[in-house]
Amino acid sequence: MSKKLPKVPVVIVGMGWAGGIIASELTKAGVKVVGLERGKGRSTSDYYMAHDELRYALRYEMMQDLSKETVTFRNNEKMRALPMRTYGSFLLGDGLGGAGSHWNGQYGRFLPYDFEIRSKTIERYGEKKIPKGMTIQDWGITYDELEPYFDKYEKMAGISGEAEQNPMVGKRSNPFPTPPMKVTPGMKMFMDAAKKLNYHPYIIPSANLSEMYKNPDGIERAACQYCAFCERFGCEYGAKADPVVTVIPVAEKTGNLDLRTHSNVTKILHDGKKATGVVYVNTITGEEIEQPADLVVMTSYVLNNVRLLLTSKLGKPYDPASGKGVIGKNYAYQVNSGKAVGFFDDKEFNTFMGAGALGAEISDFNGDNFDHSNLNFLHGAGIRFTQTGARPIATNPVPKGTPSWGKDFKQQSLKYANSTLTLASQGASLPWQHHYLDLDPTYKDAYGTPLLRITFDWEDQDRELNKYLAERAGEIMKEMNPTKMEVSKEMKSYNITPYQSTHNTGGVIMGADPSTSAVNSYLQMWDAENVFVVGASAFAHNGGYNPTATVGALSYRAAEGILKYIKQGGSLV
Amino acid sequence: MADTNSKQPKSSSRREFLKNSGIALGGLVVGGVLGGSLFGSKKAEVEKVVEKSVNYNQALMFFNQEQFQLTEAACERIFPQDEHGPGAKELGVAFYIDHQLASPWGINAKDYMTGPFYPGEPTQGMQTSLKRAEIFTLGLQGLADYSKKKYNKRFTDLTEAEQDETLKVFEAGKEYQLAGTSTTGFFSLLRSMTIEGVYADPMYGGNKDMQGWKMRNYPGNQMSFAKDIEKDEFMKIEPKSLHDHMGH
Repeated sequence: MSKKLPKVPVVIVGMGWAGGIIASELTKAGVKVVGLERGKGRSTSDYYMAHDELRYALRYEMMQDLSKETVTFRNNEKMRALPMRTYGSFLLGDGLGGAGSHWNGQYGRFLPYDFEIRSKTIERYGEKKIPKGMTIQDWGITYDELEPYFDKYEKMAGISGEAEQNPMVGKRSNPFPTPPMKVTPGMKMFMDAAKKLNYHPYIIPSANLSEMYKNPDGIERAACQYCAFCERFGCEYGAKADPVVTVIPVAEKTGNLDLRTHSNVTKILHDGKKATGVVYVNTITGEEIEQPADLVVMTSYVLNNVRLLLTSKLGKPYDPASGKGVIGKNYAYQVNSGKAVGFFDDKEFNTFMGAGALGAEISDFNGDNFDHSNLNFLHGAGIRFTQTGARPIATNPVPKGTPSWGKDFKQQSLKYANSTLTLASQGASLPWQHHYLDLDPTYKDAYGTPLLRITFDWEDQDRELNKYLAERAGEIMKEMNPTKMEVSKEMKSYNITPYQSTHNTGGVIMGADPSTSAVNSYLQMWDAENVFVVGASAFAHNGGYNPTATVGALSYRAAEGILKYIKQGGSLV
Repeated sequence: MADTNSKQPKSSSRREFLKNSGIALGGLVVGGVLGGSLFGSKKAEVEKVVEKSVNYNQALMFFNQEQFQLTEAACERIFPQDEHGPGAKELGVAFYIDHQLASPWGINAKDYMTGPFYPGEPTQGMQTSLKRAEIFTLGLQGLADYSKKKYNKRFTDLTEAEQDETLKVFEAGKEYQLAGTSTTGFFSLLRSMTIEGVYADPMYGGNKDMQGWKMRNYPGNQMSFAKDIEKDEFMKIEPKSLHDHMGH
């Protein structure tokens, strides 16, 4: 039997970026909020020994314990889905700050094209351009409508970027609050080469602070030290924007946040029309606790937002056969395997130095910034050179044909340890009717709840996009004049084993139509007006940028909607 | 080649460094380094007398003697001693592997190990119910058995070329089968753990005296590259390990 607590105005499920931002905005407005986090608490003092590649990057110190909960995966419906038993393709955050604590801090607003992808594609190329089965749809919000919320996130996090407006990306209402990151020789080579080809390179906007910064909430943070331990690590300086050093302390200072760690939500309670609260397990004592609430905000990672709705039977589950229903629809990932690797026999670079969001990029081949009339794919990718810190266990590039062990491997891997530069593409992943999330019929988590099942594969759209972008990356690399270079552009089936990207999206997508989307433009559920589902789960497709900028903007938008809802009730649109 | 030690913040100047980087300024500063835990107290900065001592880390938590010797010989072939520097054996990689197999990672403590188990497609990743420590043990037994069968010798007594040939057979996974697991699964563990043991922080038992890092001019655990990140010239920096944080 569960213990029932007194009712509270708002309960938030998951205290990462989305949960932290919403907690901060609500508590500042005087709303009492309970924040539930299934993992442990965190602070920068936990990172005393953070410069440990083995512990953090290879043993996943900051990640969810898969023995308790994972996902199952299959490429298509003919296959039996099997559990992701150990980490590979993507990493699931855990603990206070969630994925916002272990991210790199690379920041890119999605393009105006992204939010109106279907309309704009039809407008330029006609409806026939969209292949059968591809379920791209508009997001129910435009870039211009979302712009003020991007701006808000940037000021909170202190995003560092170029003052000048890049012509290839959405218009900004204000300059970035801090100047761009420093420029390394590798970044300069890339930008020079891109300029020679008449592209428009820019320094990647960064959530690793370029200089000390005090944000509008009074939070002051130190500058990035370029120590090279960022992604998968926590930042001991607090220089990397992370909910734990930005929004959560602000919420706590108000006295209105009741933050409960080790609280794993297992169910959203509802009467079919509205939520009435949540049930969670105290993972220390094992006690089951019911927390009634007027309003439920779901801000766990993409995959868990979807799973919790499905197991709680809230919202209409997606049916891939008919394309009807919404929970689990439009799961997307990112197309990242297009690469150009340059080996420079007579040069050495300090690539062991770096920062998570240190790099340069072009958006000339992202979104619809280039003509797709004669191309067999839609959207595109950013092409970038990043210098995130070449750590020695994971970074051993060798030219093709080199064995993966033994004398030659040792020799070549030592030779090229500091003499390799890589250009990578980060490409959009567009949704299909047969890519989706549902509950696994066999496998369960530590609490006996079904695991989430992912059905996903690469399509020709992805292969064509990848090939085209890899070729463009190759052309830029050629301008950088390496001794030898390799372009990888082949893509077979999606494989869950090698690490690719923790940019999973979709499943509770936003839109203007309740029959094709789960939440409205305030991230309010169409089927339960007092439930807001916030995060990359709302992305109707995945774009060619890191998702956090757009997650941050949507979180501020949702917070505004929640405050409005508390006053007036009803549907916000 | 440029120098460099002088350009790194030393322990004695760390307070100064914090000041310069802005961390120690007033206001609502959230960096936990302020508490001082990262850099210890001042008296700690006194140089310690380095005593020549036994490395008590070099004993076995998991392997028996034969398994240890087999591992030492096999990982030396993965990362051999050569003109560039020491191989896996000298770097203590076999101790590293021993310690890792005895750790939570060796028993897949954070992996999903609930059944049912099916072989699955290659795109679905590892699907065995065996733990890493078990796979490694079976693989070592396989190396011993195969050497005996093929050469009528112990693996450790084979020539380097014979050892390489044996490992290639295990890597390919065609010619020789193990009961309950694959030689490829074992080989991939051996290969990845060897690289880890060469380059992980020395506290884990390998990368002896940071010689793995030195071979590739990797500086290990440094507090800041802010002053050098824009420089064109390659920096050779004396490496530091995590032990450096404890010396105060």
